[in-house]
Amino acid sequence: MTDFMTGHHLAQVNVGRIVAPLDSPELADFMAQLPEINALAEASPGFVWRMVDDAGEDATGFRPDGADDMLLINCSVWESVEALRDFTYHSDHLRVLSRRREWFHRVAEAYQALWWIPAGHLPSVAEAMERVAMIREQGPGPLAFTFRSPFPAPSGAARPDDRLQGAGEPGQ
Amino acid sequence: MTAEDSAFETLGVLADPVRRRLYRHVAAAPDEVGRDAAAEAAGVSRSLAAFHLDKLVEAGLLAVSFRRLSGRTGPGAGRPAKLYRRAEGEHAVSVPPRSYDTAGRLLAEVVENAGLDRELQAAARAAGAADPDAAAGDLVEVLRTRGYEPFWDGETLRLRNCPFHALAGEFSALVCGMNLALLEGLAAGPWSAAMDARPGWCCVALSKGKSD
Repeated sequence: MTDFMTGHHLAQVNVGRIVAPLDSPELADFMAQLPEINALAEASPGFVWRMVDDAGEDATGFRPDGADDMLLINCSVWESVEALRDFTYHSDHLRVLSRRREWFHRVAEAYQALWWIPAGHLPSVAEAMERVAMIREQGPGPLAFTFRSPFPAPSGAARPDDRLQGAGEPGQ
Repeated sequence: MTAEDSAFETLGVLADPVRRRLYRHVAAAPDEVGRDAAAEAAGVSRSLAAFHLDKLVEAGLLAVSFRRLSGRTGPGAGRPAKLYRRAEGEHAVSVPPRSYDTAGRLLAEVVENAGLDRELQAAARAAGAADPDAAAGDLVEVLRTRGYEPFWDGETLRLRNCPFHALAGEFSALVCGMNLALLEGLAAGPWSAAMDARPGWCCVALSKGKSD
């Protein structure tokens, strides 16, 4: 359900280093399943938006770290943490997710972030990477958090500069 | 009272066999259960069922809500029925004390950080396939014994309980992936597993005769 009281949506980003180029045999299954999984996301309750590159199909064209050719980004917006959790872990997406180590390297640092945005705002690649950096530097806080340490949507009306207020809490 | 004392008290309420039958029936039912249905399932009178059901509520094992079963509202619709469902929360006690949950959480964290998803899934699938009762064909009973609380919903076998609930909440990708592999290992042959999530349930459902 949209958080109508506060007018916020949940943004999500995760990054991953692919084990081989997108057109390699190693990534073939991943690339083949991507359209289906993106369609499943779009049809899921609580889906709002997903980031796509200039090609318009998915986000595999983005390289959020200019120095890293193999780093992919995935970013989307949902009505609630529960809606995102249901899609991520409790739908057929789990079948793809459970094969993540075939296609993506394990990363020691945080590779995902969740944060609240004013409904209607669409996050950019830079904004999303900033949130991942916040978790890496400060641990989960109200400005960038995880499924395991969620934070409630800000109270009061959403303001465009919400993302600049408050400091992430050092943590964990 | 220590946490252990309170766990003993709560679980002690289930020592009575009638209460245990009522609890199991309500806990495994896909929907909330009324007194009449619970009484019939446990083979006792309605008033005896009501007495024991309320003891289970007092102990915090069942929760209650009131609803008109007929769907009617307004004057003439009758009194709302008292409906029972399993309460939230987990109760476990072991003598002597054991902390397999602590070990499970630590192991999960290490497996997650080491990126060993595939190794875990392979082990889970093999463990499922090695279950002698599942291989003998009695999958429903095997799932019951393993705590999944299976029930038939038409042609689909749904699983009312997630045996890995707390770990699955904390290490979802890892533990749900392990569980899916375990079920695929158990459900060999004519069965196929499909994702079918509902809050608090196992997110997998099984059906026969369809191949993936």
